[in-house]
Amino acid sequence: MTAYLSRRIGTSILVLIGVSIFIFALLHLIFPSPAIVVLGVKANHASIAAWNKSNGFDRPWFAQYLTYMNGLIHGNLGHSYKLNQSVTALFQERWARSAYLSLISLIFAVLIAVPLGIYQAVRRNTVGDNVLTSLAFVTYAMPVFFLGLILIQVFALSFPILGFEASQSTSLLTVVGDWHDMTLPILTLTLVTVASFSRYMRSTSIDTLAQDYIKAARAKGLPERLVLTRHLVRNASLPMVTLIGLTIPTLLAGNLITETLFNFQGLGLLFYNSLGNEDYNVMLAYTLIGALLTIIGNLVADMALTVADPRIRLA
Amino acid sequence: MSNTSSLTPLDVTPAAPEGGEIGPVQTGWRLALREFAQNRLAVIGLGIIAFFVLFCFLGPLFYHGNILSSNLENTNLSPGSGHPAGTDNQGFDELALLMQGGQAALEVGFFAAAVGIGIGTLWGAIAGLAGGVLDSTMMRVVDIFLSIPFLFIVLIVAVRYGSSVLSLSLIIGGSTWLIPARLVRGEVLTLRTRDFVSAARAAGAGWWRLINRHLIPNALGTIIVNVTFQVADAILTLAALGFLGYGLHYPHQDWGDMLSNGTTYLQDGYWWLIYPVGACIVLVVMACNLVGDALRDSLDVRLRRR
Repeated sequence: MTAYLSRRIGTSILVLIGVSIFIFALLHLIFPSPAIVVLGVKANHASIAAWNKSNGFDRPWFAQYLTYMNGLIHGNLGHSYKLNQSVTALFQERWARSAYLSLISLIFAVLIAVPLGIYQAVRRNTVGDNVLTSLAFVTYAMPVFFLGLILIQVFALSFPILGFEASQSTSLLTVVGDWHDMTLPILTLTLVTVASFSRYMRSTSIDTLAQDYIKAARAKGLPERLVLTRHLVRNASLPMVTLIGLTIPTLLAGNLITETLFNFQGLGLLFYNSLGNEDYNVMLAYTLIGALLTIIGNLVADMALTVADPRIRLA
Repeated sequence: MSNTSSLTPLDVTPAAPEGGEIGPVQTGWRLALREFAQNRLAVIGLGIIAFFVLFCFLGPLFYHGNILSSNLENTNLSPGSGHPAGTDNQGFDELALLMQGGQAALEVGFFAAAVGIGIGTLWGAIAGLAGGVLDSTMMRVVDIFLSIPFLFIVLIVAVRYGSSVLSLSLIIGGSTWLIPARLVRGEVLTLRTRDFVSAARAAGAGWWRLINRHLIPNALGTIIVNVTFQVADAILTLAALGFLGYGLHYPHQDWGDMLSNGTTYLQDGYWWLIYPVGACIVLVVMACNLVGDALRDSLDVRLRRR
């Protein structure tokens, strides 16, 4: 286990270094220097060159990469020249809100999708299953923003019971308590995730139901409720662990669009605004953090799986 | 599916002998096609795609709506005479916009899928065939790319270099080749030890010939199934880009941009600016997924009815 763990963490670090080099090089290629953003479009060549020199943007990109990574390790993500604030401070201000939106949607999605998938597998090819499968199929094909718009139309405009804009409060506690305004963004992100999770859960449950140990449990006279809760749920949920790890990039992308749609002041909206402002350091930091979360997510999912499934024996 | 009848020769099936029915022997591809044609949802999906191809590419030949010069006297008209699907805030005709946006969606969808599948297939085939250090290096590269949140990269590139059908297809395709690369490598790993590959090698076939004539044709089932999902994903990505404001530029149109335009008028109740476009996106993506699911079922030998 320890050997596997260290090897797995070692690979993850290698992948992380590769990813950071790629992202840094690509962004450097696209935005070689923020000089024009800082000095204005009318700046002349001499002042741009002088600014680049004093801020280290005239050095080879790999040297800049090393400086950046050194800062990153020490918690310095660079400076947002547009917002005139350090990126670290900007992220500290907002990360909790984004994390809240993603996490609570993910938790709701799992809580809904697992029973839903099992119900569909047990009652497969009945009217209920077919209706749910079709709904999941349509939702799966739906862009996040279209789903969000429909929800806004129904629950905020036609029947004005919920807010059409997310909570604008800067305090996380207020945001968490503000169900009137937070229900729609959370619902949007949850439904999109449920659509893919429940499809998956249904098919793994069908596979699991065909296993011998389910037959054995039924044959020894275990009540169906216990067969489902003791034998089916645990085994059928195992692939969900991996799936949750793999969902992180999708969730981040969904977060970006949901935050933009509902004007929620999280990291996604910050990134979206940085695109329009050509705020290079914010883009770089957000993309890097997205990659980091993806790698950590996969690593944690793999490790959780070895704990959850004793059949996985590791060398 | 007009050729369904020629592929299901039910009328020539001999009388069932005792112990079961014996149909005519059919080759793999024909059997797969027959399975596919019997899947009603798949045929509906194919029908929807065919409809949208005709609607978007032939539609503009028969229906001329104003989508080029803004007409401030005709803004936000509800669907009715003269404008079957209404007009938007520029006075552009929504129906013509839908056709134009659909062209972009389908073009980007198919080009991006072609790029992604092309790179992925070659990458996976070479890695699988080579094995050893080259294989593990190439697959680590895939791992690295899989950890990159590509929507962000696509957005950043689109911001800097603007968007055209070609550039978006290249960017989206360049970010989606990873899954096909993994799938094809997996296929090639099992194929390369098979006798016909050894035979081809013994006959002096070079790498290119091995990949091109022996490995890719045998991995084609996996590849084709993946194409449909790639098309669906690319159309969704284009819609997301358009919605965020970094899609195609005037005079080109994309569906995501139209939807984002309509959002401004959500409170005014201008439903025709939102729901027709949204329905188009959902229908096309759903149709691709339906076809993909059916292809997977019909090409998967284990699931095939015998």
